[in-house]
Amino acid sequence: MRGIQSALEPAGPQAEQIARLWDVFLITAAVVWLLVMLFTIAALLRRRPEIVPNAASPRVRNAVIAATGLTVLTLFALLTASIFTTRGIASVPDRAIQIAVTAKQWWWQIDYDDRDKSKRFTTANEIVIPVGHPVTVHLRSSDVIHSFWVPSLHGKRDMIPGKPPSTFTFQADKPGVYRGQCAEFCGYQHANMSFWVTALPFPEYAKWVEANRQPSRIPSTHTQRKGQEVFMNSPCPLCHTIQGTPANGKTGPDLTHFGSRRSIAAGTFPNRRGFLGGWILDAQHLKPGSQMPSMTLEQGELEPLISYLESLK
Amino acid sequence: MSEGVSEHGAHVASAKPLEEHFKKEGTKHSPYSLPGDEILHEQLEKTWSPAKGPFRFFMQVDHKILGKRFVVTAFIWFGLGGILAALMRMQLSRPDNTFLSADQYNQIFTMHGVTMMFLFAVPIMEAIAVYMVPLLLGSRALAFPRLTAYSYFMFLFGGILLYTAFFLNTGPDTGWFTYPPLANPEFAPGKRVDVWAQLVNFTEISAIAVAIELIVTILKQRAPGMSVNRLPLYVWSMLITSFMIVFAMPAVMTSSFYLASDRLVGTHFFNPAEGGDPLLWQHLFWFFGHPEVYIIFLPALGMVSHIVTTFTRRQVFGYTAMVLSQVATGFIGFGLWVHHMFATGIPALGSSYFTAASMLIAIPSGIQIFCWIATIWMGRPVWKPPFLFVLGFIAIFVLGGLTGVMLASIPLDLQVHDTMFVVAHLHYVLIGGAVFPLFGVLYYWFPKITGRMQNDTAGYVSFALMFIGFNLTFFPMHKLGLIGMTRRIYTYHPETGWGPLNALSSIGALVLGLGVIVYVLNGLISWKKGAVAGSNPFDGPTLEWATSSPPPEYNFVNIPTVSGHEPLWHAPEHAPVVTGLSTTEKEILITRTFDAEPDHRYTMPTPTPWPFLAAVATAVMFVGGLFTVWAFVIGLPIAGIIVTCWFWPTTPRKEGEAPA
Amino acid sequence: MTRKRRAGFSLPLPWVGGLAGRLKPALRLALVALLLLACEREERRFREMPSAAGRRNTERLTTLVPGPYTADVKVDNPYGYNAFAISEGKRLFTWYNCQGCHANGGGGMGPPLMDDRWRYGSDPEQIFATIVEGRPNGMPSFRGKIPEYQVWQLVAYVHSLSGNVPKDAAGGRQDNMQVRKQEQALPDLKLEREAAPAQ
Repeated sequence: MRGIQSALEPAGPQAEQIARLWDVFLITAAVVWLLVMLFTIAALLRRRPEIVPNAASPRVRNAVIAATGLTVLTLFALLTASIFTTRGIASVPDRAIQIAVTAKQWWWQIDYDDRDKSKRFTTANEIVIPVGHPVTVHLRSSDVIHSFWVPSLHGKRDMIPGKPPSTFTFQADKPGVYRGQCAEFCGYQHANMSFWVTALPFPEYAKWVEANRQPSRIPSTHTQRKGQEVFMNSPCPLCHTIQGTPANGKTGPDLTHFGSRRSIAAGTFPNRRGFLGGWILDAQHLKPGSQMPSMTLEQGELEPLISYLESLK
Repeated sequence: MSEGVSEHGAHVASAKPLEEHFKKEGTKHSPYSLPGDEILHEQLEKTWSPAKGPFRFFMQVDHKILGKRFVVTAFIWFGLGGILAALMRMQLSRPDNTFLSADQYNQIFTMHGVTMMFLFAVPIMEAIAVYMVPLLLGSRALAFPRLTAYSYFMFLFGGILLYTAFFLNTGPDTGWFTYPPLANPEFAPGKRVDVWAQLVNFTEISAIAVAIELIVTILKQRAPGMSVNRLPLYVWSMLITSFMIVFAMPAVMTSSFYLASDRLVGTHFFNPAEGGDPLLWQHLFWFFGHPEVYIIFLPALGMVSHIVTTFTRRQVFGYTAMVLSQVATGFIGFGLWVHHMFATGIPALGSSYFTAASMLIAIPSGIQIFCWIATIWMGRPVWKPPFLFVLGFIAIFVLGGLTGVMLASIPLDLQVHDTMFVVAHLHYVLIGGAVFPLFGVLYYWFPKITGRMQNDTAGYVSFALMFIGFNLTFFPMHKLGLIGMTRRIYTYHPETGWGPLNALSSIGALVLGLGVIVYVLNGLISWKKGAVAGSNPFDGPTLEWATSSPPPEYNFVNIPTVSGHEPLWHAPEHAPVVTGLSTTEKEILITRTFDAEPDHRYTMPTPTPWPFLAAVATAVMFVGGLFTVWAFVIGLPIAGIIVTCWFWPTTPRKEGEAPA
Repeated sequence: MTRKRRAGFSLPLPWVGGLAGRLKPALRLALVALLLLACEREERRFREMPSAAGRRNTERLTTLVPGPYTADVKVDNPYGYNAFAISEGKRLFTWYNCQGCHANGGGGMGPPLMDDRWRYGSDPEQIFATIVEGRPNGMPSFRGKIPEYQVWQLVAYVHSLSGNVPKDAAGGRQDNMQVRKQEQALPDLKLEREAAPAQ
């Protein structure tokens, strides 16, 4: 049985080290448990001589002392292994890609940093990283405590509001799409607060970054133009930004390149027409308590709106 | 059978000579009985008689009556918490389930945690101690009987508050750990979190009060000869647990008061923008929360020792090692709370210390396991249900302990923290480590408490169902956590691949629930219809078996003396007893702290309603405190007046006046 | 004799039963009241029924109507005693930038909302109209920009600024810098209360 976000299927050096440590612990634990059970069963079933309620047996005493000694040694070995792994996964390389992740109830804002301010850009719920390149994420929360966790790449890290951003570094060695999820209880939609990390070969990654630095596409068809009008005249721009248009709301996810995303509502639904329409009209049914209100649209407004949003590649 | 019932009932109700009672039940003669006990019995029964009349419910001070009430009340909360657990398993049994809404699920998982931790686990351990400790010590009463009554009512009112709130859609919904800022007023509007905060005040006041009673009882009311190195292991564990309660619970009460005042008055303890800190909450909470685990499971270790002794017909191997292990657990238990906070990004050096401490605590637990195995090895097992529960305990608890060692390791914890793996671990430790021994010991002490035997067949069936159901429910959760299923989620998508294991786990929960139901039904039916038990049906070695079942109000006709670990196994035909206690006053014997030499006599108070009224006043204060701080201003003086009446001295006996 | 075994255990049932019997109507009433109040305060209504979400505007700027005289239709705020809605209103107050002009209710570019002087009326439907229609001298119209149920949430929050929602439903301190007392601790303004319908 495999999950889509399994700690047992590591894809990078950090998760790999932890998975190896897991193997060590698992085997040790299994051996210890079996030994304890074996001795218990033996103690239960052995043929025994006459019992004397208070009899002292030096052999049994020595066995207990030996078992205790063995426990101490085993624990010491495990402790050592654990501490070495801790150091192994904590090493910070010099040249890592810097990405800021801000957790919000119940989605993730992703900011790609750059020294050149014009090259910075914002996206949501999807992190794209180059394969074989260390990535440092700067984790923040803007409301309650969340926790950033991509099991295939690294362990989790809490995002605590009011603290300086917490940073940690991971790396993906295989191209692929890895799922992550919020791991600290954060309210109604804690269950539906996931995200994707896509690892691409470097040239593709660079292309993706370049594309995302551009403002949004200008609607090309009549329907898309109608859709843009609907968007601008509806409540949408109060919360959402689309670069290159007057929409510049800051409280919802940035939609500049919305059409290129895999999923909507923080990894909850695939980004397809049907789900998107449902999401716009009745977000509170699909993800109750989320901060996307259910919209009331006029006849004939939904189709163009969806077409416009889908065109934002 | 029916004849037995009346015979038995007659003994308890009327002053039938003890001698005859023992003969009828065909049990061994108590080594502490003397000729002329019948007369003593009659007088003592009059002196120690419980409250009577229509208001007796509110006036009782007898530790056995209150202990039974505590147990039954805790079991009612346990049943409710179990129903909530069943609802959660129902919701998670398949992906994208819509059986519960997010809002309902959040309230339910929070209520489950709060109920099990605050209203069941700690209270039930204390409840059994309230009943059993004086019996194990050979004392006639628990120290501070009126305080026991007060703690019982506080506990009762706390539970009623929580469940009333829950049925009014005001159940706490931010997790039993209630982390701010999620629990801050900005993100948790309404009164739900305030209910959590006040419930904590109710239960912790109750817990601390009982802990103090137990400490005093254990240190000062032991039978002569029961020096600290002869203390039964269960009593040792309760002593350590009580000290832990006294040190741990104030931390959570402090934090709950901080939270309540943040929410009601607008203080900023947990508001980072005004200099508060959400991490302060986590430190305070886990400084209580981790010792809490040991508070729950140390008494269980003591229970295991008693069951192992009785059902292997042998003294527990390594008494000194066992006691020192428990003491060590009590100390180390306070030094590892940070392992709940590894993911918060605490500096590595500091965290590593807590890794080491968390692994260290496995050593004393390991020693105790080895000692029990050695005891079984050298003894002769008697395959009664309590013993099976202990064997189940060993299998489950060792596994839970080993996953605990995994969680102590920072890298592994970073992966499995806040996933179903932790859910599996904590249930292995708490159900396996505490509930199994608890069920075993309730089976073991059931005849003592009710005077009747439970049905062994039902006992075997309930054990088998519970053991299989438990492992079926919680073992798959280890795997679920590793493949990424986080905790406290009300739903998941089919493509996550978590469906089949969750379905298996839900089926397991059904079996587990069935096992608990069989156990409880067995208890209820046996209480009314079980075979009459003699004073010592399992041939137990400790003092509680030296008196009749159920014990008379005054516990012992003659205060026994002790000369070893297993007084009843090694007692001569006629062991020496203490004489000279008044039979017309509720006098008990106070002994010295370490060597249990008789020190002086002390008179216990009579039934009274004041503790009940004090609990009502406190409850009004706390419940009013949900809405306004003025509740404390008004409630405190009222409580003060009531407490003054409670402690108003009643005509003291004059100096030198002989006890009547 | 069995009575005694259960001595400490059973409630003195006849006594309690008798009392409960006498108090039954009162108890039942109190219970129902408690149930209603607590439920209304604590309910989390994420999804409005269509009729509530798309509720027809009944508020008018003038009482002059053509045709025969009709009495004003009074509209109650559906969220007047709902803690969750009031707290949502507080969030939206910032999100939709009401903050920009009515800083924290204290006023700035726009009039303060914490006092007892209401130029355009303090009834829920009047505040609703103010938000939806806009008002002269700067208050923009949010028609079509804020879903109606969110406008009602904002109305409830605005009312809490002058102490006009029950204290147990009003918001507590926020997780930011303290700029004024939390709504729970704001005074109930008298004048306002007279003008407003009984909440």
